[in-house]
Amino acid sequence: MARGNPIDSVKGFGVTFKQIFKKPITQQYPEYKRPVYPRFRGRHRLHVHENGLEKCVGCSLCAAACPADCIRVVAAENTADNRVSAGERYARIYEINMSRCIFCGYCELACPFDAITLGNEYEISEYSRDDLIYTKDMLLAEPIKKVPVADRDLYDTPIPYYQEHS
Amino acid sequence: MAIASDRPRIYESSRVPSPIPTVLQVPEELRGSEDLLQVNFGPNHPSTHGVLRLIVDLHGENVVGLEAVIGYLHTGFEKNMEQKTWWKAITYPERIDYLSFQNNELVFVLAIEKLLGLEVPEKATWMRTCLCELNRIHSHLVWLGTAALELGAISMFWYCFRERDSVLDLYEMVCGARMHTRYFQAGGLAEDIPRGFFPEARKFVDWMPKAVDDYERLVDQNEIWLERTKGLGLLSAEDAIALGQSGPVLRGSGVDWDLRRAQPYLAYEQLDFRVPTYPNGDVWDRYKVHMDEMRESTRIVAQCLDRLEGMEGQPWIADDRKVVLPPREELHTSMESLIHHFKIVTEGYRVPEGEVYVALESARGELGCYVVSDGGPKPWRVKFRAPSFVALEATATCMTDALVADLIAIVGSLDTVMGEVDR
Ligand code: SF4
Ligand code: SF4
Repeated sequence: MARGNPIDSVKGFGVTFKQIFKKPITQQYPEYKRPVYPRFRGRHRLHVHENGLEKCVGCSLCAAACPADCIRVVAAENTADNRVSAGERYARIYEINMSRCIFCGYCELACPFDAITLGNEYEISEYSRDDLIYTKDMLLAEPIKKVPVADRDLYDTPIPYYQEHS
Repeated sequence: MAIASDRPRIYESSRVPSPIPTVLQVPEELRGSEDLLQVNFGPNHPSTHGVLRLIVDLHGENVVGLEAVIGYLHTGFEKNMEQKTWWKAITYPERIDYLSFQNNELVFVLAIEKLLGLEVPEKATWMRTCLCELNRIHSHLVWLGTAALELGAISMFWYCFRERDSVLDLYEMVCGARMHTRYFQAGGLAEDIPRGFFPEARKFVDWMPKAVDDYERLVDQNEIWLERTKGLGLLSAEDAIALGQSGPVLRGSGVDWDLRRAQPYLAYEQLDFRVPTYPNGDVWDRYKVHMDEMRESTRIVAQCLDRLEGMEGQPWIADDRKVVLPPREELHTSMESLIHHFKIVTEGYRVPEGEVYVALESARGELGCYVVSDGGPKPWRVKFRAPSFVALEATATCMTDALVADLIAIVGSLDTVMGEVDR
């Protein structure tokens, strides 16, 4: 069988050799975290008004919009001595099953009160599936791990109201 | 190139195995022979491109029988979509062919728009074209990286994934997710294009042709690569057409057919691009088609960017309140918008009764979507024509006279995505 020129085979190494003089593109995660783009959809958050009342009124619109059916909302009435949200009702139970969530952001689009948004945090793996069911308290709390976010001005269009005021 | 001159050339006419075109049957004289060895290749083999299982009959090193077993990734996407409203179903097709996600999303969105008779703004059309071509590059890069990896060229994998990451960064910036973006919505795009997209995309477009040159320099003259690709997995033009092939497999067999040119959709009619074809129908030619297509796609992206840069401030989604979610700020001011919003989210928009078939050229060939609507808020029937599934049907024909070592190269060259095969 006729053979190719062995010199030609070695030529390919030229590409590899050139690489020695280039800056490596490898990033030392987790020591270094590349800033995510502002639109990146990560872990959810529930928001509160400045006066401390929850924005969520338990209308279940997010649950209706969720293609993965992973949101569970059980609403209850606000009373005079137990006022939780700004509306008539509030979400007594609000759970998101993160192991089912596909991070489509439909819940964020659906919520008419800007109560739920998808933040930029992506380090949300857990050792057990049960830990991935996020309760209302977890969603209301500030995320423990924060990630750097790239320039909002450049990489997002004018910021929607709900992201500015959350 | 002097390599492999004694390898069989592309054959004339047909050699599709009969009576079952997708199964290579052990020849009569070998049946029951003690020299036969039946091997299960996959479904958990690192070089089967996912969970493909091949039952291979070996006679020495020769592959004499072959049967593909599929279905390990079956998730019932099509049926699932029929349970969801049209709006929610948009998130499903992307996950069918997870490498060519944007094209999959587009084909379903186009089907909805065709049923609704919805006009899409120019900006959305151009951006869709741009993202679909970026997606083609992404898909080809993953193919090239993994196919080379299976043949032992591990460095190729790193180089390909370097560029792939740049594409995914662009997706993350514009669509909010690196894959499975749901960025195309019925009527246009989900959000406007951020300002920062253009300089970053330009940087990528300038770099990409050089990267493709690099890939070619890495392997094109490499003896091992030539030995393992030239003259293998032959598929004649006649057989390719008979087996319903499309995309790079068809063009690698010398048939000049591309839906982007034959039935232009999106903005392809106004774009200048070449459709690469190669005549020999072997693994090498399929590899070459992929390489040329990456170059052409880069050119298309550049042309789209030229057009999109002049469209700042133009609408990116149709203004149809029955189908498109109203702008966010209106939810706080207009009762009417709020009602439309509620309607779309809870009940979903209604799509007129009828059936459509939309086909486009995904990274793997003709991707079709057949949708039937009964006039309700959910699709009545959704069916995808998956190019990978069809490509897999050619395995038995390509594998005639092959050695077991070439099996991996040949199956790899057909570029099947099992998610799409099994759906
Ligand atoms: S991001 Fe999508 S899948 Fe996840 S909770 Fe929201 S609507 Fe459901
Ligand atoms: S998060 Fe928004 S959509 Fe979901 S229940 Fe609360 S108010 Fe309704």
